[in-house]
Amino acid sequence: MIEGVPPGRRAVIVGIGQTEFAKRIERSEAALACDAIMAACADAGLSVADVDGMTRYDVEQTTEWELVYTLGIEHLRFFAGTPSGGGGLASTIVLASMAVECGMATTVVAYRSRRRGAQSTFGPHPYQGGRPWAKKGSSVSGPAQYHHPFGLASPAQEMALIARRHMHVYGTRAEQFGMQAVAQRAHASTNPAAIMREAITLEDWATARVIADPIRLVDCSLECDGAVALVVTCAERAADLRQRPVFVVAGAQGEHPIHTQLSVYFAETGDFGGPRNGGWGIGERLFAQAGVGPRDVDVAMIFDHFTMAVPLSLEQYGFCPEGEGGAFIEAGHTRWPGGSLPVNTHGGSNGEAFIHGFNHLPEAVRQLRGTAANQVEGAEVAFVNGSITDSSGAVLLHR
Amino acid sequence: MRRDDYPRPVPDADSEPFWRYCHQSELRVQRCTACGVHRHHPRPRCPRCRSSSFEWARCRGTGLVYSFTICHPPVLPAFEERAPYNVVVVQLDEGPCMVSNVVDCDEPLYVGMPVEVCFRQIDEALTIPQFRPRVPVP
Repeated sequence: MIEGVPPGRRAVIVGIGQTEFAKRIERSEAALACDAIMAACADAGLSVADVDGMTRYDVEQTTEWELVYTLGIEHLRFFAGTPSGGGGLASTIVLASMAVECGMATTVVAYRSRRRGAQSTFGPHPYQGGRPWAKKGSSVSGPAQYHHPFGLASPAQEMALIARRHMHVYGTRAEQFGMQAVAQRAHASTNPAAIMREAITLEDWATARVIADPIRLVDCSLECDGAVALVVTCAERAADLRQRPVFVVAGAQGEHPIHTQLSVYFAETGDFGGPRNGGWGIGERLFAQAGVGPRDVDVAMIFDHFTMAVPLSLEQYGFCPEGEGGAFIEAGHTRWPGGSLPVNTHGGSNGEAFIHGFNHLPEAVRQLRGTAANQVEGAEVAFVNGSITDSSGAVLLHR
Repeated sequence: MRRDDYPRPVPDADSEPFWRYCHQSELRVQRCTACGVHRHHPRPRCPRCRSSSFEWARCRGTGLVYSFTICHPPVLPAFEERAPYNVVVVQLDEGPCMVSNVVDCDEPLYVGMPVEVCFRQIDEALTIPQFRPRVPVP
């Protein structure tokens, strides 16, 4: 990832671990985090005692110290959080890879544990179970003070405003979001780890309950529980481990005036095109770093808190021209099998699970190992991005 | 109708004047006195020229619907009784965008709909700026 790093020092992902994903799991977020981390270390052929670095989202509720004293980790020497919820998912791997390539740590675990099932209300903190927006109460500060008094509170409602504007500017149709929902649910139907194993049709989408017009229930990420972890180390060390390493060939972050927190998306006027907006800037740096282009990507894991985020990401990262994300989906490019760029082959956040998008990372690794349930034949390059409506980042992985 | 669970802004150093003017039925946003650009949400500096000088400029109160949605459950508890209800982004004639609702409107909302501000007093401490359809002056 960092230019000029000796080949042996290059960052690689060597372990992936996850718990079961379910609407409700009767265990704490810390317990789930431990399970996922132990599974990731076992997958790599490492002991948990080898872990000397950790990265996470800053909304993560299981802290480093909690893991250190629960898992008996003796020498943690690097740890960092990255802003935002879904925006941070790829950034955790950027941070872990930087730490490994700079020599700050040798074995970095990136993790996310989340109890968000509708009835998972353990813990008083807004981010500990349930809907964070519904737990803010009747006193609202920060950006929410300009939204909640008008009844705008949930991410679905905020995303609906972005979706409607996109439809107005480019002629995108709500059915095209539905087609992505259908594609991902088809992927989930053949993924044993997925929560939603039943495929749906476009007619099912059209008759699904409206949450915030034009967003329907099946466009939304699942409210569920689970945890995911990955292990990042260097290429030299990977030679002695169990798994074929997956190289982190590029990583980039970005925050822009328009591409910003969902809650202030429209505080700056401006539409979707151009370098002030989202993935445009991140994508350019990402692909330049790797020396490849969007056309070289075999499979993409795109953050999809709502299916509408998929066409926006496709446009902003250059997988299709500006305004044509809906048509790209309609043409079948994002479907597996057969699509030119299968997207969210595990079923994504409306099919497999919503672990704040963190479950997208192990799926990208499985695709490059050749072990995915819905395997893209010969996949060599995978793309993973964080939310385009948060402080964000993306990585390119290579087998 | 007073509801104890109605979401109330907790004014901060930047936002206090905005809400105070709303409660006086005046829509005012920050306007940079160095470069003249209006901004909303309130911030300590102008994102264009970085000046910290600004005034609370009274808006004409007119604008166009920039985007909109119709919210169905799940919604905030205080809004459950009125769901489905609309939420809009209005682009003010002065430039900035603002989240609000369109009221007194019988026709379907559309992007580009001309609107003008009206004020709804929630209780003795809070008034919010909403918008109603505006018949363009010929």
